[in-house]
Amino acid sequence: MTNPIADVLKSETILVTGSNTTDNHPIFANYIKEAVFRKGANLIVVDPRRIDLVDHAHIWLRQRPGTDIAWINGLIHIILKENLHAADYIRERTEGFAALEKAVEKYTPRHVSEITGIPVPDLRKAALMYGKARPASILYTMGITQHTNGTDTVMALANLAMVCGNIGVEGGGINPLRGQNNVQGACDMGALPNVLPAYQQVSNSELREKFSRAWGVTLSDKPGLTVVEITHAAEAGRVKGLYIVGENPLLSDPDLTHVKAAFEKLDFLVVQDIFMTETARAADVVLPSACFAEKDGTFTNSERLVQRVRKAIPAPGEARADWEIISALSTRLGYPMNYNNPREIMEEISSLAPSYAGITYARLEKEEIAWPCPTLNHPGTRMLHKDQFVRGKGLFQAIEYAAPAEIPDDEYPLILTTGRVLYHYHTGSMTRIGRGINERCPESLIEINPADAQNLGIDSGMMVDVSSRRGKVRVKAKVTDRLPTGTVFMNFHFREAAVNLLTNPALDPVSKIPELKACAVKVEAA
Amino acid sequence: MITLTIDGTKVTVAENTTILEAANSAGIRIPTLCYHKRLNPIGSCRICVVEVEGYANPMTACTTPVVDGINVVTNSERIQKIRKESLQLILVNHPLDCPVCDKGGECTVQNLVYEFGIETAPYQLQKVERRSVYATPLIRFWPDRCIMCLRCVAACRDIKALGAIDVSGSGYDSQVSPVNVDKCESCGECLRVCPTGALTENLSRYKGRPWMTKRVETTCTYCGCGCQMELNVLHERIIGITTRESKGTNRGSLCVKGRFGYEFINSEERLTKPLIKKDGQFHEATWDQALSLIAEKFSAIKASHGPDAIAGLASARCTNEDNYLMQKFMRAAIGTNNIDHCARL
Repeated sequence: MTNPIADVLKSETILVTGSNTTDNHPIFANYIKEAVFRKGANLIVVDPRRIDLVDHAHIWLRQRPGTDIAWINGLIHIILKENLHAADYIRERTEGFAALEKAVEKYTPRHVSEITGIPVPDLRKAALMYGKARPASILYTMGITQHTNGTDTVMALANLAMVCGNIGVEGGGINPLRGQNNVQGACDMGALPNVLPAYQQVSNSELREKFSRAWGVTLSDKPGLTVVEITHAAEAGRVKGLYIVGENPLLSDPDLTHVKAAFEKLDFLVVQDIFMTETARAADVVLPSACFAEKDGTFTNSERLVQRVRKAIPAPGEARADWEIISALSTRLGYPMNYNNPREIMEEISSLAPSYAGITYARLEKEEIAWPCPTLNHPGTRMLHKDQFVRGKGLFQAIEYAAPAEIPDDEYPLILTTGRVLYHYHTGSMTRIGRGINERCPESLIEINPADAQNLGIDSGMMVDVSSRRGKVRVKAKVTDRLPTGTVFMNFHFREAAVNLLTNPALDPVSKIPELKACAVKVEAA
Repeated sequence: MITLTIDGTKVTVAENTTILEAANSAGIRIPTLCYHKRLNPIGSCRICVVEVEGYANPMTACTTPVVDGINVVTNSERIQKIRKESLQLILVNHPLDCPVCDKGGECTVQNLVYEFGIETAPYQLQKVERRSVYATPLIRFWPDRCIMCLRCVAACRDIKALGAIDVSGSGYDSQVSPVNVDKCESCGECLRVCPTGALTENLSRYKGRPWMTKRVETTCTYCGCGCQMELNVLHERIIGITTRESKGTNRGSLCVKGRFGYEFINSEERLTKPLIKKDGQFHEATWDQALSLIAEKFSAIKASHGPDAIAGLASARCTNEDNYLMQKFMRAAIGTNNIDHCARL
């Protein structure tokens, strides 16, 4: 996120898209509601589903799944035509505006309406509500990124924000809410195939040399494989050994049948986890690890706040903290790691990652610190791009709309979109344990519009078979007008109705994120 | 800006500030019960009454905005008497069953009763049998302890914008009830703001009085909001989760997963020993055996196919320190950049 969460309390207009905030980020949703009800902010929700936040929205745009670039360019088109853009800001702080102006020219309200299904007057209302507000904030999540054109869509949102001068100002920004407790931190730490800690490129020889010296080894300059690419490489026999820590790809990854076949081809699979997950079951060796309540460390949240995790109880049986297991294994492989505690690891992180250089456990006891925090007396950075963009000038990109990789046809006439529900988390390995949460949400449901349900002879509570080109699952139906006609929704929490048997592994070419938010399916009464 | 006098001290505050907020800003304590910083003022309990010179009737400090030049007295004998009387009236609806109440030891009603030296409940009314209905099985409702301060109703409305609970009935028969059960998310916001033991957590089978548990501050393990919370530990078990208003972006709030999703920690299904698969079956092993086998296999793959034939997946669920070491392990010990995690899923 460019801005802190609490900043929405200063926004005049908040635009939420591709985020079912009340279910996935309930505490952020509290702030949005407070902004609307107590601070008088306008709320625009753009989502194919009538999510709960729609109840509080001033404008709701219901776009066809996968048509985001069209409506975003459409709003920019109207804002420019109405002269609502921030001309000074564009001149002083950005570049590439002429190319953007040209690119959005053809996204007339009528054309956009044809692509997205959003009525022209609603597009105009939304454009004026966003365009006239200063500042206005944009919030998005995986509903934007889990498409084959996800990267382009994010850049289109950045265009929209910059056109109105909303980046680098309090109450503005473009703010992706991070889905998992430490997804921000895992990226910051370089658990990515192309970058070392703090996004230092592995292809940059100077930076690589810095790490080589600190770690006492020569490092590979060849960027590695991403998660879905690793599966493909395993299937092709190029990856033979896989070490998985705290992940459950045999339920969370797209096109599970393929993932399973790929994992079966591996010579050796190690899984380190707190439960016997679907993935652990496929392993040759399973290592028991400590959960968050049983170890010390830090998580970095959506706002880039680095926060302490503290050990409250001992791990069960012989389970150990992940850092201890990794250290012991590394030592066995002839590369000794000798850390007495996570504080010592953080000291090493601070010495190599410039954005974490000023972060110490001692400081975290006393203050809230968001990175970048380059020195010990730097207060941290709650808002990015304040006086200038990190790259200097904000760069507009001309972005064109493209359809999703798989569009409905006669055989598979419905679009399946996936996500979470409030009561469960990811593959359910934690939330499906115990009675508390399961009393609230005991089973998976496919949400389907009443008109579609009627055509298919389906009622709420009936079991249905859902199939795509890749697989088939059986699940209970919930008939609801939360979904538009032609679109169905399933969550990915339940192994009994593993939606990723159906999903499409087609990737965004830049981010390599799979298109989990749109694939073609058919639904039949079981 | 507006200047007023509180207990002889000149205080300057912004317009629309309440007398209570003005007093707090000057470090003058006015006792409160229904008032809560995150909620719109409720004004139901009358504990925060103060005298304003020139006005015959005392006023509730939490609902009364400041006016330029007024002279406020927060602690006269008359005010003390009114507060004590109000508290005794509240006790009509609240048994002094502190010895058996989960909230004993951190209960606002208990603290005020102690502060005001109330030893008996002089007012008695005919006992009305109240039904213990509530929206969620995760929270237990004790209607006899409910003092109708309405913090829970306000929290559900003001913070969550849900309105799942409200007052039903009227007069002496009125009570808080689920009026909109479908809206309830079991977030426990009502539970958290209850100033007494009328709402208690109904999930943990193990109970511990506040002074028996150790509270460990940490960060929630679910989404990326990064809520700050306290794990309540009794005999090396997590028996509940509490929050503090002053800690973190969540300002004391949590969602249903954060507040009630802790059962997995103590689950019998947790992995407790390394396991090695032989002929399709897992067998328990020592750490030494498991780590040796992994080192041997990874070394062999590396020797015959090169380091890029090995890949690792770190985890967005693990700490920064775990993730840092995992990528260091893959890059330095194995020698490949084949390291990723679930950020894209």
